Amino acid sequence: MIAYVVRRILYAIPILVGVNLITFLLFFIVNTPDDMARMQLGAKRVTPEAVEKWKAERGYDLPLVWNSQEKDLYRRTTQTIFFQKSAKLFVFDFGYSEDKRDIAAEIQARMWPSLALAVPVFLTGLAVCITFALLMAFFRASYLDVWGVVACVAMMSISTLFYIIGGQYIASKVWHLVPISGYAGGVDAVKFLVLPVFIGVLGGIGASSRWYRTLFLEEMGKDYVRTARAKGLAETVVLFRHVLKNAMIPVLTGVVVVIPTLFLGSLLMESFFGIPGLGSYTIDAIQAQDFAVVRSMVFIGSVLYIVGLILTDISYTLVDPRVRLE
Amino acid sequence: MRLLLFLLAFVAGCGEIWNDPYPAADRGKNILYSVFADRPKHLDPAQSYASDEAIFTRQVYEPPLQYHYLKRPYELIPLTAAEIPVPRLVERNGATYSVYDIRIKPGIKFQPHPGFVAANLSLDRKSIARLGSPYELPLATRDLDADDYIYEIKRLAHPHLHSPIFGLMAEYIVGLKEYASVLQKAAQPGQWLDLREYPLEGVTRVDAQTYRITLKGRYPQFVYWLAMPFFAPIPWEADRFFEQPGMAEKNFTLDWWPVGTGPYMLAENDPNARMVLARNPSFRGEPYPSEGEAGDAERGLLADAGKTMPFIDRAVYTREKEGIPLWNKFMQGYYDSSGIGSESFDQAVRVSMEGDAALTPDMEARGIRLDTTIAPTIFYLGANWLDPVIGGNSERSRKLRQALAIAVDWEEQLSIFYNGRGVPSHSPVAPGIFGYRDGAEGMNPVTHEWMDGKAHRRPIEAAKKLLAEAGYPDGRDAKTGQPLILYLDTTSRGPSDKAMIDWWRKQFAKLSIQFEPRQTDWNRFQEKLRKGSTQLFVVGWSADYPDPENFMFLLHGPQSRAKNQGENASNYTSPEFDALFDRMRNTPNSPERQQVIDRMTEIFRRDAPWIGGFHPKNFGLFHSWLGNAKANEISDNKLKYLRVDPAKREAMRREWNKPVVWPAILILFLLLVSIVPAVRTYRRREQMAARPAS
Repeated sequence: MIAYVVRRILYAIPILVGVNLITFLLFFIVNTPDDMARMQLGAKRVTPEAVEKWKAERGYDLPLVWNSQEKDLYRRTTQTIFFQKSAKLFVFDFGYSEDKRDIAAEIQARMWPSLALAVPVFLTGLAVCITFALLMAFFRASYLDVWGVVACVAMMSISTLFYIIGGQYIASKVWHLVPISGYAGGVDAVKFLVLPVFIGVLGGIGASSRWYRTLFLEEMGKDYVRTARAKGLAETVVLFRHVLKNAMIPVLTGVVVVIPTLFLGSLLMESFFGIPGLGSYTIDAIQAQDFAVVRSMVFIGSVLYIVGLILTDISYTLVDPRVRLE
Repeated sequence: MRLLLFLLAFVAGCGEIWNDPYPAADRGKNILYSVFADRPKHLDPAQSYASDEAIFTRQVYEPPLQYHYLKRPYELIPLTAAEIPVPRLVERNGATYSVYDIRIKPGIKFQPHPGFVAANLSLDRKSIARLGSPYELPLATRDLDADDYIYEIKRLAHPHLHSPIFGLMAEYIVGLKEYASVLQKAAQPGQWLDLREYPLEGVTRVDAQTYRITLKGRYPQFVYWLAMPFFAPIPWEADRFFEQPGMAEKNFTLDWWPVGTGPYMLAENDPNARMVLARNPSFRGEPYPSEGEAGDAERGLLADAGKTMPFIDRAVYTREKEGIPLWNKFMQGYYDSSGIGSESFDQAVRVSMEGDAALTPDMEARGIRLDTTIAPTIFYLGANWLDPVIGGNSERSRKLRQALAIAVDWEEQLSIFYNGRGVPSHSPVAPGIFGYRDGAEGMNPVTHEWMDGKAHRRPIEAAKKLLAEAGYPDGRDAKTGQPLILYLDTTSRGPSDKAMIDWWRKQFAKLSIQFEPRQTDWNRFQEKLRKGSTQLFVVGWSADYPDPENFMFLLHGPQSRAKNQGENASNYTSPEFDALFDRMRNTPNSPERQQVIDRMTEIFRRDAPWIGGFHPKNFGLFHSWLGNAKANEISDNKLKYLRVDPAKREAMRREWNKPVVWPAILILFLLLVSIVPAVRTYRRREQMAARPAS
């Protein structure tokens, strides 16, 4: 298995280079270094000299990907914005944002609020959705199953924004139960997280429960379930000990891969609830045309996604003894 | 059921408010609660220029001058300076120089700061890495000195800083341009550049309390710059402190931890979530103004006359990126003041048939006050002077622009899209600024006519007549018969902007002119303006200072955006206007200056380089417990004047935020009840025999 993991890590290197290159090209198709300079320098009284000085100071006065001014191939490729800005990412040196804040320090500070929101949403959501799906599967073809599916379809058809605004309106504005937005560290965070976690879980019930229900129903039609019932096992034992265990592979495919990316945060939830996590950090950077932050966050996102895929593969071996990673 | 009864009893016994976003320990304290939307980019006075940053910098930094808080029109008064400096004109080698001697008041001290402790100027990386805040180190203060002002002016030319006013000041301050080159050569990577070792010719020390600034030529508007943080004092020790290796990695920089002499100091700096200003214990105190404009006394704005400021101990600014949470928290009493977003306008304000705004009964019942003021800002539809169709000084293009100026109904735009929050502009100068004329004499006679004591837009027939005289009868070129097509460059391109685009199309359709929006992103739009490749465009300008020069220069030929990268986005040029501008700039406020401005306005109306525009009206809402609040659109150092009544705020918050628990309990109960049939079904199934008995 170690050889497999090492091989997967090596495969990741060209993927990360490709992701970096695509991010770089997409960013600079929309924004030129001049645009970035002007965005950072403000809208008033910006002189061409100030723009040039800003670019030179941050290395944006180099060509984008190919420096034809240089003599040898090495310098032609390395004396470029792409190499200068992207190479250091591979040793996790993120450098400074365009407003001269240390990106690593920012990420370190902002990942905790993101995790504080994402982990409870993930764990509670998973528990609720699996339980709800098992209930629907158990009561299949009954009024509970029919109305459960109807509710799921209705819930997955509603935009997350509706849940957020509706939740804020009812829970905070009308019932005054929790703060409408904001964040505090430590235990004080709880009162700010109750509503976004509830909304995050509620918003995910529709799609996930329907999918899990389908998986469970497929498993419940198999012979081993009939055998288990024939042996006289209680339905809860059949469901939780047999069906759930055997349906774990497709469940894990969707679940484990997102675990590492949890700390990247939620763009929408963090913005509306004023949670200073990495999701709102990324949005701010895109709006401010801060390439240093954008490329760092995309890089971290790619790394975490690859880690998530590897973890998914490993998790298969844990839930299914037939799977071997070679 | 027992659990339910227990919960109800528990809830009934709770007198607490649950939705309070602030720590319980802060309740009843003398704290102001406010918001900021965008994280500040710079808090260094040499670099900071945005209004989002001014919320913080203007409470910390003290330039020599400030604006009177209550008087209108805005009036400059001394802040740390002993008096308003009056320039001496000096002739030297055939050139004229303006010499400003600025004497500062004695006894002013900096806020406590670690930079003033000698041992903190040689910290090792390890001890810096352990710090959570620079204020964890031993603190000290010291007296303000003339050298601190000189140090900051030198910083405008620092090679590692990007001061937005360096280009402008280098034109005036003697030797500043050359000084930048000297510093460029002297700067070594990773080493602190001690500006004290490099003298600047045009800024010198006279004595410990006085410094001298020498400008090339005359620049009467320079005093306004002396009211901005660009000219606030910076102690060299703070610069030295933050330049130590390891500080930047902790985000401890002068750009993020301001050091000033003002009434407040930045105590908590988390630009992602909240910023906290705390009372500066070294602040000398300043008396609240004893005079204001008419009506201020009746509004209670002079109740604190002569009392020592500041009144508030702490100001907590929370970041709110979305309008809905901001508005709801204001209504719940968790913010002391608020603007009004378009989505909340109808809830807060009712507009009478006469156009007067008043609060809705619900807002009045809460004791909320409304304050409206016209911002020293203008948004205008610019015509590119370099464009062969719409631009230029020909009779044809001028009449075309005048026709459009009549057809584009700004009153309607304000009513439809801005809830009437603005006034159509009749001249480049905004209301409240010297040179602005109100009423009939301030009306643009090209676009409006005076009837029944009001300015009315001229009928569309007048525009059609002008269009025909321009050679485009019924919107067609009289020579070729081709339809006239005009292009508006705009960044409005989302679905929500469709209504505005349709409105523009309707304005042009009144004259049978074909309208084509050229929708683009902000970067490309700015690039087009710089290259002069637009035809029509909408841009805005907010005044730096309350002087007509700061508006008229937007039409000054040498300021052409396409030719000289200046602020004249329409690239308008008129020798007569330019000559009058130079005269107006160097003339003090007087009837003579008004006459020059009137003539410039006449030329502007005739040539119509801007096809109308508007000055936005800002609406501010203040809770009843917030005292001394008055809108001030020029100066942001308002915090020291404000006062809160924490006990009243606490009582109102409790009244407005009583938790309503029964619906949640009811929903929980219904959910539990709905599970009962499921449980019964489950039990029945479990107890069911394998085969039914026959």
